[in-house]
Amino acid sequence: MNKLEARNVNVFYGPNQVIKDVSISIKKNTVTAFIGPSGCGKSTFLRLFNRMNDYIDIFKMEGRIEIDGSDIYDKQIRVEELRKQIGMVFQKPNPFPKTIYENVIYGLRIQGIKDKKILDEVVEKSLKQAALWEEVKDKLKNSALALSGGQQQRLCIARTLAVAPTVILMDEPASALDPISSAKVEELIYELKSQYTIVIVTHNMQQAGRVSDTTAFFYMGELVEHDSTKMIFTNPKNERTQNYITGRFG
Amino acid sequence: MNSSKKNRLKDNAFKYFGIGCTTFGLAMLAIFIGNILIEGFARIDWDFITNFPSRNPDKAGILPALIGTLWIMGLTAIISIPLGISAAIYLEEYGKKSRLANVLEINISNLAGVPSIIYGLLGLEIFGRIMGMGGSLLAGASTLSLLILPIIIVSTREALKAVPKSIKEASFAMGASKWQTISYQLLPASFGGIITGIILALSRAVGETAPLIVIGALAYVPFVPSSPTDEFSVLPIQIFNWISRPQKGFAINAASAIIVLLMVTFVLNGIAMYLRNKWQKKVQW
Ligand SMILES: Nc1ncnc2c1ncn2[C@@H]1O[C@H](COP(=O)(O)OP(=O)(O)O)[C@@H](O)[C@H]1O
Ligand SMILES: [Mg+2]
Repeated sequence: MNKLEARNVNVFYGPNQVIKDVSISIKKNTVTAFIGPSGCGKSTFLRLFNRMNDYIDIFKMEGRIEIDGSDIYDKQIRVEELRKQIGMVFQKPNPFPKTIYENVIYGLRIQGIKDKKILDEVVEKSLKQAALWEEVKDKLKNSALALSGGQQQRLCIARTLAVAPTVILMDEPASALDPISSAKVEELIYELKSQYTIVIVTHNMQQAGRVSDTTAFFYMGELVEHDSTKMIFTNPKNERTQNYITGRFG
Repeated sequence: MNSSKKNRLKDNAFKYFGIGCTTFGLAMLAIFIGNILIEGFARIDWDFITNFPSRNPDKAGILPALIGTLWIMGLTAIISIPLGISAAIYLEEYGKKSRLANVLEINISNLAGVPSIIYGLLGLEIFGRIMGMGGSLLAGASTLSLLILPIIIVSTREALKAVPKSIKEASFAMGASKWQTISYQLLPASFGGIITGIILALSRAVGETAPLIVIGALAYVPFVPSSPTDEFSVLPIQIFNWISRPQKGFAINAASAIIVLLMVTFVLNGIAMYLRNKWQKKVQW
């Protein structure tokens, strides 16, 4: 069974259709890259998987999206529970205006976990996983806002890992960072994929090539092609994909 | 004369006009405060604070009015803060799209502009007569709470609005419910702004006279109010009362009481400034 599955999904913002009959299957513990020109619907499609579009008044969806075979838009589903399973990292680092420690344990705190020992353990483990532990272990009680952009983004990743999700959605997680920080985040994604199913939106072709197992090319709301990253980059079936990855438009 | 020169001239003209206006305003305030200080400062001593009003201006004090003002301030805070913050949270976070919220929204902005004496009449009828509170502290505080609720609601909403959307999104994406997002993220992050609004609203309440006179606050109180159901006076009413007397001694008393009242509001504003700075340093995006 596929980890994530979208079937014949249409999305409308008011009268505008921004996702057109998209179906895609994503396997467990793989990294899938969404690529395509700006405004083609990558973020919108990504945010369907943790229902973050629900907050947009004019948003409307048709079709079905599944995680482990169950419909995530089912009325029975508790969105809060779903989001503990499907974490998200945003384009612009958005740590909470709290301490580093508080940032990492936020997910546990809202689940009502208070045991200091558990919290301490999770903080260390998550920060280590996010390759941030060495840099911040002596200043866990400092404000997260004092960290550099790259550190903030890795903190956001640690915060997401702390609730032990199975899927992590990333919307251009490195695009707001300098090249060195960006490389660190990339490396991190590469290491995380043995344990998580990762979907990453990226503008950066090289990045997609380096970190992902499969790549999906979107164009004007349509999923043009989804295949192994190697195939997409060396031998795309569709001409539009070919044009995009060779930089003829976009 | 070329146009850039002309513009520079206009710039300068406006600059000096602005400086002039500011100076004028400040000068008026300085003259007023200076006058009050010269007249009233010598009269302020411990006796003045702890004495009851008296027919003899030299023996008269402000104790009941001062305590009344503190009571009113405390009770008004207790009533208006929870109501104001809850209403603001509802309007900002829950009621966004509802018709009810729209209607409330328009009315709240209008309410802030209603003359305070109208609130007095409303308070007299609803709290004083229908609810039977009479001219008690509770009736006064309830009336003033109505008066400052719009201010608290508006400023709290502004403070909530100032929290970046990305924080809210991050919280939701972590699996937080709406209420958790509000209580763990939005309220702490906007605390500085909220508390500033509250304190400014309270200092407005402390200076109000008209609505309290309407609901029947007393000008002469020979006792210190000790429970919310007691009758009371407040500093502005005491000041008004003294000013309307012919004797010079009472005019001095009034000046002294004004100094005390100003001090109360300055302290409140000082606290507001302190908290705002403290929180702004802690929360910067
Ligand atoms: N909140 C919104 N309301 C209305 N239209 C939106 C909203 N967000 C995105 N869109 C529109 O949907 C389309 C897809 O946007 P998006 O998913 O952000 O694309 P991408 O991430 O590929 O750049 C764009 O045309 C954009 O203008
Ligand atoms: Mg996008």
